[in-house]
Amino acid sequence: MKNFLFQTQWSWKTSGAALGLAFLLAVVLVKPIGVSTQFVILDGMIWNALSSKTVVIDEAASNGYSSPNAYLNKSGGKYAKSVAHPLNYSFVFVLAMVGGGFLASRLQSNRSEKKEEALPAVWRSRFGDSPSKRYAAVFIGGFLALFGSRLAGGCTSGHMMSGMMQTSLSGYLFAFGAFAVAVPVAILMFKGGK
Amino acid sequence: MEMFLAILLGLFFGFVLQKCGAANPQRIIDMLRLKDFHLMKAILSGIGLSSLLLFALLALGVIDNGNLSVKASYVGVPLGGAILGAGWAISGFCSGTGVVAAGAGRKDALIFILGGLAGALAFMLIYGSLKSTFLFSPLGGKATLAETGVEKYTTLVSSLPALAVAGSIAVLFILLAWILPERQGDAVDSK
Repeated sequence: MKNFLFQTQWSWKTSGAALGLAFLLAVVLVKPIGVSTQFVILDGMIWNALSSKTVVIDEAASNGYSSPNAYLNKSGGKYAKSVAHPLNYSFVFVLAMVGGGFLASRLQSNRSEKKEEALPAVWRSRFGDSPSKRYAAVFIGGFLALFGSRLAGGCTSGHMMSGMMQTSLSGYLFAFGAFAVAVPVAILMFKGGK
Repeated sequence: MEMFLAILLGLFFGFVLQKCGAANPQRIIDMLRLKDFHLMKAILSGIGLSSLLLFALLALGVIDNGNLSVKASYVGVPLGGAILGAGWAISGFCSGTGVVAAGAGRKDALIFILGGLAGALAFMLIYGSLKSTFLFSPLGGKATLAETGVEKYTTLVSSLPALAVAGSIAVLFILLAWILPERQGDAVDSK
């Protein structure tokens, strides 16, 4: 138990068992884990705070809300409803993940060096010590990752893990697409890096 | 009750992602450039284990299929996966691990989240003009290999019991996790 809580990194077996348990518990108790939708919900909340007509109550919609934005409005205002009710299961789940990451890193026996908190060693050995370069790259990376997962309707958690757990065709298709591009991009971009 | 579960399960999942190294971009990049298979082994065995137990619990009738949620397959699924793959490789984060890494205090993860919010917003804004294009043409629909018993999901392998189908795939994943070396060039071991 002590190792489980304080070890910097678990062995692959502990990691696999714990990952499996997390995905299993979620589907047994509530529903499969998914993350990327919540980026849309947060965008919607910010948008709605800036212009209050982004999400409106609409009794004709099957979820009771509608939006002039086609994406928030889809599936009978499903996303519009979540934007209107920030304290919904999926959104709170993702907020709690932030807390989980915080807790785990606090309990870690040897915290990583300061530099390591923004620049991975492989990045530094390839592209140098400038944080702004790394920030530009992760911004683009984040843009692509979330744009792609919204086009696909899910991300690594929702499609790949939760999907393949249920033997869903979409999970295998998504995993194929993701690795087919991620592997060559990583190899070319970080060639010779540490 | 649902809020309590959201907090508990979210905390646990975030904790696990951090502890298995998935929220460390170095680990992700090393996995993707096929140098370090620690995470690959964890992911494969995690999917295998959860799938095996899920279909065993369903077969035994311990749980019902009401919580299952299968996503549709359409052209945008592998394409979107490919775009995500590029972003994943460039940054070393994906949506879930970026969120967890930000919680663990990584500054680059915060920027990743900002980029993610921009990417999701861009998609929201152009969705209206994409939704009737080939990107959303069906590529199998809501289909699973193993029978789920949920009427609206198509079963692709219906000649065998669900547990046999899902179980075989799960065993394959776990075996693969077992035989992959921890690092490129290492002798095969299972430490």
